[in-house]
Order: sequence, then structure tokens, then C-alpha cells
Amino acid sequence: MSRVIEAMPYARFLGLTAEQAEDILTVTMPFSDHLIGNPMLPALHGGSTAALLEITAMAQVAESFPGMHLPRPINVSVAYLRSGRPQHVYARARINKAGRRVAHVLAEAWQEDEAQPIAALTAHFLLEDSF
Amino acid sequence: MDVPAIAPLLPQLASGAAHTHALGFTYESLEGDRVRIRVPWREDLVGDPDTGVIAGGVVTTLLDHVGGLAVWVSLDNFKPLATLDLRVDYMRAARPRTDLIAEARCYRLTRSIAFVRAWAFEDAPDDPVAAAQSAYILTTARPERRPKPEAGE
Repeated sequence: MSRVIEAMPYARFLGLTAEQAEDILTVTMPFSDHLIGNPMLPALHGGSTAALLEITAMAQVAESFPGMHLPRPINVSVAYLRSGRPQHVYARARINKAGRRVAHVLAEAWQEDEAQPIAALTAHFLLEDSF
Repeated sequence: MDVPAIAPLLPQLASGAAHTHALGFTYESLEGDRVRIRVPWREDLVGDPDTGVIAGGVVTTLLDHVGGLAVWVSLDNFKPLATLDLRVDYMRAARPRTDLIAEARCYRLTRSIAFVRAWAFEDAPDDPVAAAQSAYILTTARPERRPKPEAGE
């Protein structure tokens, strides 16, 4: 599990759960009707997928820096690669570089096949508790 | 100034889908090409329970969504579209237990791509919590892709 995901009300709103293998978190957003953004396709709202990626990145940084309160995103950039089908979504993040003050993090979200991501995130997080 | 044909549809477009309805998004206003929506503060949308501030992911969703509305305003029509990418800068912490408003403007529209900027704030647009730059693709007109050659050809 992840302390960030357990403590965050909005992560519960999205239904997120986390599993950890070695130091790597895999976060699941189980399909639920309230995640649908386009009822005609139907497709998940891109915002829910972006939020999954952002929270996964945040949780992975918190996992790697256990002394921190809550990693603060400075900016995030999300590319939407495929339409999110009404199915579970999974996400994993990797800290690409962590300096003294800032971490650069990459994350991907996928559904059936990890090699076919539906969205990709790059983000910077501040590694200090003051902004 | 004439009221755009899209204007009566904006409340439904702001909150009509299951996700935006669940998040509590509401339509706020349209002035020229600038459209606004609101997310009322709610306990279950909080990112940090110690501060009561709305989660970054909610702000991202709000900015993504208001950007789509700005594209429909710019088209003055409802057409299927998909977000291509979205970059959000988080400039400061939002005020605890406070609604957020997002405003967006589509500043360039081509036949297939719309370019948008958006801001989120509590009450003053010149003191934003977050700013976004995003691109949307209009998903109707798509040229036929050349078929892949059969294996062995």
C-alpha cells in the first residue's frame, strides 16, 4: 500500500488501490461509472486518467523519500495516447532524476497491455515541504 | 453582442457526463471567448487532509474540461474532440475549503487542432492557483490511413 493513497480523500473518490513490489508501486483505478467522461464512446474522462498518473507519481516520490510530508507537484504534463475504455486502469511511475530540491518523474497508464499505454505523464516535484 | 449558439448547451457540457457530475462541476459564465466553470469545495475532493486543499488532480481535470468548453465556444458548435496533451503549472497552494473556478480561452483553431490556455483561481484570475496549456484534436475528420501491406508482400 501507499501512505499517500491511503490518506488522500480524492484517491478514495477515484477508488485507487496500490500494490508494491520491491520499491515500485503499481496503482489501480478500478472501472466505475462515475469515471466516464464521454458516454457516447464510452470513454473515461481524461482528467481521471491524468489524476491517476499524478497521484501515482506523487506516491512513488513519497515512497522513495519517506521523510517528506507530501511531495508537491510543480508542474505536470500529460499526453493522451489512446481513449480510455470502460475498464480498469493501471499506472506506474519512475523517478527519472532526483536532485537536492526537485525530482523529475515519468509515469504511464495502461489497461490490458502495459506496452500499449493510454496516457503518459512527465512531472516535476518539489522535494521540500516549503513551496 | 449576439449570444453564441453554443451558449445554452454550456451548463450541460460543463457537468453532464458522469465524471464531471460526480465531481460537482457547474457552469459559471461566458464572456466573449472566455468560458468559466466551477468546482465547489468538497471533503472527498481534498488532496491533503492536513490542509483541506482540493487535490491537484481535480484542478487538472477542471482545466482539461474547461479547455474543451473553450474549443466548443470557439467552434460555436458541439463536435467530438479529445485532449491531445495538457500541461499544468501549479503556482501556489489553493486556499483550504474553498471553491475553484477555471477560465479557458481557445486562442487558435485549425481544421483539426485547437490550442487552449486556461487558469484556475478562487476569485481573482490574476492570482491563479494553476495555469494550463493544452491542445485538443477534433476527432471527426480523419483521413483514411494507407492499409498496411499483408505479411509476405
